[in-house]
Formats: sequence, structure tokens, C-alpha cells
Amino acid sequence: MKVIVDMDVCKDHGQCVFSAPEVFQINENGRLVYEAEPDESLRDAVEEAADVCPLQAITIEG
Amino acid sequence: MTQRIVIAGASMGGLRAAERLRAAGFTGEIVAVGDEPHLPYNRPPLSKEALASEVTHEALAFRLRPVVADVAWRLGVPVVSADLAARAVRLGDGTELACDGLVVATGMRPRRLPVPGPAAGRHVVRTLEDARALRAELRPGVNVLVIGAGFIGCEVAATARTLGASVTVVAPEDAPMRRPLGAGLGAALRRRHEERGVTFLLGRTVRAFLGEERVTGAELSDGARLDADVVVEAVGSVANTEWLEGNGLDLSDGVLCDEALRVEGRPGVVAVGDVARFPNPRYDGVPRRVEHWSIPTDTAKHAAVTLLADLGLGDPPAGPFAPLPTFWSDQYDLRLQSFGAPVLGEDDIRVLEGDLDGEVVVGYHRDGELVGVVLIGMASAAGRYRAALNRAPVAA
Ligand SMILES: Cc1cc2nc3c(=O)[nH]c(=O)nc-3n(C[C@H](O)[C@H](O)[C@H](O)COP(=O)(O)OP(=O)(O)OC[C@H]3O[C@@H](n4cnc5c(N)ncnc54)[C@H](O)[C@@H]3O)c2cc1C
Ligand code: SF4
Repeated sequence: MKVIVDMDVCKDHGQCVFSAPEVFQINENGRLVYEAEPDESLRDAVEEAADVCPLQAITIEG
Repeated sequence: MTQRIVIAGASMGGLRAAERLRAAGFTGEIVAVGDEPHLPYNRPPLSKEALASEVTHEALAFRLRPVVADVAWRLGVPVVSADLAARAVRLGDGTELACDGLVVATGMRPRRLPVPGPAAGRHVVRTLEDARALRAELRPGVNVLVIGAGFIGCEVAATARTLGASVTVVAPEDAPMRRPLGAGLGAALRRRHEERGVTFLLGRTVRAFLGEERVTGAELSDGARLDADVVVEAVGSVANTEWLEGNGLDLSDGVLCDEALRVEGRPGVVAVGDVARFPNPRYDGVPRRVEHWSIPTDTAKHAAVTLLADLGLGDPPAGPFAPLPTFWSDQYDLRLQSFGAPVLGEDDIRVLEGDLDGEVVVGYHRDGELVGVVLIGMASAAGRYRAALNRAPVAA
């Protein structure tokens, strides 16, 4: 599974962090950082993160 | 025979319901009927990012997951009536659709001001077409009159100002976003808008719109007259429930549901999203509608399970529906976030971190307990407060 966040669209809401903290984090500068190839076992959490992103900036491939 | 579920309303709530029905194992037919001509799209940018740049369906459309690939979308046609006893709905083109299960997802429409005057030049913001029409009129120097100081009014004011328009906000309250924020934070929000050049005329309403062919201004309740090239009415919303009339339901404010999101007393009929009025045992069990973006997703999860159990296709939900309300609003470079139910704690409001004119965390308490939090900025603290509110016991 590949995760892509469109960083031009992302506004650092951090909603994705609540759903999948293993994959998405807000760093000290308040910006989103994420794991681009998370483990398959996290699929449900990543799907949920993509659903709850207010800007729908997260795409999942594979 | 294959079972059929009809989803009335093809926006976020309808889409999430379809996804959740499939995720919960429903293999029958799903027909989603929507009166808008578009596949489901995301509304919040319509008063923010999209209004500030360009409003296209392509940029706002929700991604359609593979699980909903076989949903039949009937778009551009409304559901005009339902006969719940006979399990059938009628569409605007005369089609009768029989259904085993029904999902009510028809949401809200903007309330219009019942005052005299020309219609041209008056806008609301709910749909793509609304936002596109308003966008076309927002140019540097135009006089924009925003009526209503709720979150949509405040966001439109901020976006219009950013685009160089001169902006006046008229509203009956004494501060913007008064209800959810309380007086102190509302006043601080007003100062932030004023610093950026927005004028507030509060404690007033509009008595009439002026102009012949098109709006040129407004007369206020105190007799004052204002010039306006563009008017935006952001004065609340009305539930789209007329099509459910004649079934003996409580439609006084959305559609009344039980704690499983079943339409009161109607097995096999559930409601999701803005239109659902449901009790939240996390607070006091009083049924309320919640117009937050997180609600279509939360309600769909629970309602899909309830519906399939009613159809004999699964177990009922494990517990009552008790979501933590979550809301955000963007105005200029300010990110406002709200968790829990600030309105329930409006008699005991405390600044928890920061200060009202900078980044701030405000706590709302009931009987000394934290029931809601609003943050301006302070993004890194959001998770902590959200977790604290989530840990609070849910009374059964
Ligand atoms: C401009 C704007 C900005 C917002 N910003 C935020 C924000 O910053 N944060 C936040 O938390 N929330 C925000 N919201 C609220 C959020 O977008 C809503 O809570 C959410 O869209 C509700 O989804 P829904 O599917 O329940 O209802 P809706 O999106 O209203 O969908 C209902 C659908 O049903 C259709 N319909 C109605 N009647 C019929 C009928 N008889 N037959 C067929 N179809 C019908 C409607 O046309 C519509 O397509 C905003 C809303 C708007 C309008
Ligand atoms: S929820 Fe969306 S906008 Fe917010 S940080 Fe995550 S990807 Fe970015």
C-alpha cells in the first residue's frame, strides 16, 4: 500500500493523525509528516484517515 | 430475491452510507438518488479554499472507493415522496422505486431571508453552483454585505476580504459565532476580522433589500441604509424533509431518530448526516441535529449496521451512538477547531492556554467538568484535548 498526500492541498489539519497515528504525524513545526509505504495491517486506519481529511488530500494506491 | 436499499440524498452522508453498507457485508442493490447533478463532493472548501480560487467539481469530488463501484447513482432527480408502510419512494421523473431499506441523507438547504426586494445579487453558499456564482462576483473593491455571523458568514467574509472586496457583516447577535464560542472568544474573533478590515454591524437585522433589477443595498432594522453590490445570506439552514411528509414522522427539525439512528419507530429506515436528529448519550440524551463535517462519516458507520440488522442481515450495533462532535473553521490564516459540546458549557468558560488575541485554547465546563474545547491555532495541543474529552465517561 502506498500513501500519497498532496502537500499543495494539505492544510495540516491533523485529522488524519487521529485515525492513523502510526502513519501520520504533525511535526514540531506544525507540518504533516507521513510514512509513504505503511504496513498492510494498517489499511483500515489509513482508509479512515483518507476519509476524515477535510481537504481530501490523501490518496491510497495499491 | 435481491434486497434493495435506496439512499435519498447523494452527498457525503449518502456516499458514506453506501460505503458502510458494503463494508458491513450488504451485497444487494444500492440506489442513491440525488437532486444535484453531481457525484458527491466536499462542501467545506466552498466557503474557503475553493471560493478563494476556483470552484470545480473535479477538485472537490470525493474519491469513489472500489466497494461502491456498483452503486446505481440516480443524479439530477429528487425523491419527491415516500410511503414508508409500503416501502416505496417516488422520484421527480415519476419513477416508483420499491425498497427493503431506506437511508435518509437529504441534508439541509440554506434558509432565505423573508424580506422584500430584488433577488438578483443575493447569494447563499451550499452547492457548487452557489459558490461558483458568488465567486464570479467577488472582485477587488466590490461592496459585499454578509448577513449572518455564524461560521459560514465569517468564512465568506474572510474569503471575500482576502480577495480584496470591502466587507460588512450584519447579524442579530452581539459577537460573531456567538453560540458555539461564547462572548469572550466571539469578541476576540471580531477583533481579528476588524484588524483585517471587516466592518460589523451587530444587534441588527435586514428589513428590506434596495434596488430595482438587482440589489444595490439594504435597509437595516434600525433604519440605516447600506450600499451593497453583492449580498450573501448566511442565516442558517432548513432540513430537506418535505418528501417524508405523510408518514407520521417527527419532522419538526430534521428527522427524529432513536439512539441507533433508526428513524423513530421505523425499522429498516435510518438517517445520516446533517438531517438526522439523534440523542447523544455522551451528553444528555436530548435529540439534536449536528451540522459538522465529521457527522456524515460517524452516523453512516452506525446507521449501516442498524439498517442491516433490521433487514435480518447482521447483528445490531454493539452500543449506542455517542460521537464526539468535531468541527473546524478556517478564517484568514486562523484555524479554529472545536471538540465536544462548547454550548453545554457556556456558563463556565476558561482560557486554558495562550491568550484570546493570540493562539488560544478555551475550555467549556459543565458542573466543573470539561465538556468542550475550542482552539485557535495551537494545533499540536488538539490531540491532547480531544483525547481528554474522549476519555470522559459516557452515561448510558
Ligand atoms: C459552505 C459550507 C462550509 C462548511 N464548512 C464546514 C467546516 O469548515 N467544518 C465542518 O465541520 N463542517 C462544515 N460544513 C458542514 C458540512 O459540509 C456538512 O455537515 C455536510 O456536508 C453534511 O453532509 P450531508 O450529506 O448530511 O448533507 P448535504 O451535504 O446537505 O447533502 C444532502 C444532499 O441531498 C440532496 N437532496 C436534498 N433533498 C433531496 C431530495 N428530496 N431528493 C434527492 N436529493 C435531495 C441535496 O441536494 C444534497 O446533495 C460546511 C457546509 C457548507 C455548506
Ligand atoms: S487531515 Fe488532510 S489536511 Fe490535515 S494534515 Fe492530514 S492530510 Fe493534511
